Amino acid sequence: MVRAEDVWAALAEVPDPEIPVISVVDLGVVRDVEVGDGRARIAFTPTFLGCPALEVMREQMAERVRSLGVDAEVDVILDDSWSTDRITPEGREKLRRAGFAPPAPREAGRPQLVQLQSRIFRCPYCGSTDTRLENVFGPTPCRSLRYCEACRQPFEQFKTI
Amino acid sequence: MSERAQALLDLADDELVLGWRDSEWTGIAPSLEEDVAFSSIAQNEIGHARALYELAARGLGTTADELAFDRPPAEYRCSRFVELRLVPEWDQTIVRHYLYEVADGVRIEELKGSRDPEIAGLAAKIDREEVYHRIHAEMWIDRLRGSRESGRADAAAERLYPLALGMLDEALRPVFIERVAARTGWDFSGEATVARGEHDDGWEPLWQEMTEVRRSEPGAQW
Repeated sequence: MVRAEDVWAALAEVPDPEIPVISVVDLGVVRDVEVGDGRARIAFTPTFLGCPALEVMREQMAERVRSLGVDAEVDVILDDSWSTDRITPEGREKLRRAGFAPPAPREAGRPQLVQLQSRIFRCPYCGSTDTRLENVFGPTPCRSLRYCEACRQPFEQFKTI
Repeated sequence: MSERAQALLDLADDELVLGWRDSEWTGIAPSLEEDVAFSSIAQNEIGHARALYELAARGLGTTADELAFDRPPAEYRCSRFVELRLVPEWDQTIVRHYLYEVADGVRIEELKGSRDPEIAGLAAKIDREEVYHRIHAEMWIDRLRGSRESGRADAAAERLYPLALGMLDEALRPVFIERVAARTGWDFSGEATVARGEHDDGWEPLWQEMTEVRRSEPGAQW
C-alpha cells in the first residue's frame, strides 16, 4: 500500500532538470499529494511560466511515482502559489554550494532596481557582499547575473519572485 | 466564444506575438547583455502566452498549441503594436518595450482583481515575472531619454504611442496615459489608435513564419 509519505519521498529524488543539485521538493513546486484507489495525484506549481524544464519535471515526477506501483497524475496549477520563498532551507544551501546565490527572501514590496543594485547580495564563492548587478536577466528565466568585486568572479543569482 | 475565453485570447495573442518579435534580437542585439535580456524576456512572454492559452483551452475543450498555432490568421486578436517588426531599430524597440510594459502592467493589475479566481491567480503569477521586465524597460527608457539621442526616442514614441493605446480597453487608457506622462512627459493620446485584431500587410508573413513548423507536420508531438 503506497502512502502519501512514500510519494513525497520518491519526489524528493527527482532532480530539477536544469539545476540537478536540487530536487523538485527542495524547489517547493510540489504543492500537494493525494493517494487513493491505487493512484496518486500530484499538484504541481510551475516556477517561471516560460521555463522549458516544466514538461520534463512533470514527466519525471510521474515516472518516478509510477515506479512505486501506482498510477500517477500530475496536475499543473496555474496560480500564484509558488514563489522563491517556497525553496526549502536545505534547497538554498544546496544551491549556494553549487555556485548559485539563493534568492533573497520576498518582502512586502516588489523588487526594484535600487534594491538589485544594493549590496545585499552575497557571493556564493567567497561570501562577500561587494557584488554588483551585471544583468537583470541570465541564462534561464530564474537567474540574474552578478559580479563579485572581492573574488572577481561572475556568478548567477536566483531572482526573487 | 465566451467573453472570458476571448479576453484570455486577446492577452495571449499579444504576449505570443511580442515574444516572437523580441526573440528576433537573439544573436544580434547591440550588446551581449541585451541579447540575453531580450531572449529571456521573449521566453517569459511566450511562457505567459502558453499559460493563458492553456486556461482558455480548458474552457474551450481544445489545447494551448491548437489555439496558438492552428487558428487562421484572421482570427488572431493581437494588437498592431506588437506585430510591428522593429529589428534592427534599437531605439524603437526600447520605446515599444517600455510602452508595452506600462500597458501590460495596467491590464495585469486589473486582472489581478478579477472575480474569476483562475484569472486573478494567473495574473498575479504573471505579474511577479513582469516586475523584472518593467525594471529593465524603465532603466533603458531613462538611459535613452537622458542621452544625446533623446530625439530619436521622442520620434519613436510619436509613432508607437497611439498603437500602444490600442492594446487597452478604453477604461484603462487614462492610467496608461498618466504613468507614461509621469516618467517621460509623452502624451500623444489625441492621435487615432488602431483597434485590436485589425492587422496590416505585415501580419500574414509573420503568421506564416510563426506556424510554419507546426503546419509542416500537423498534429506532431514534441
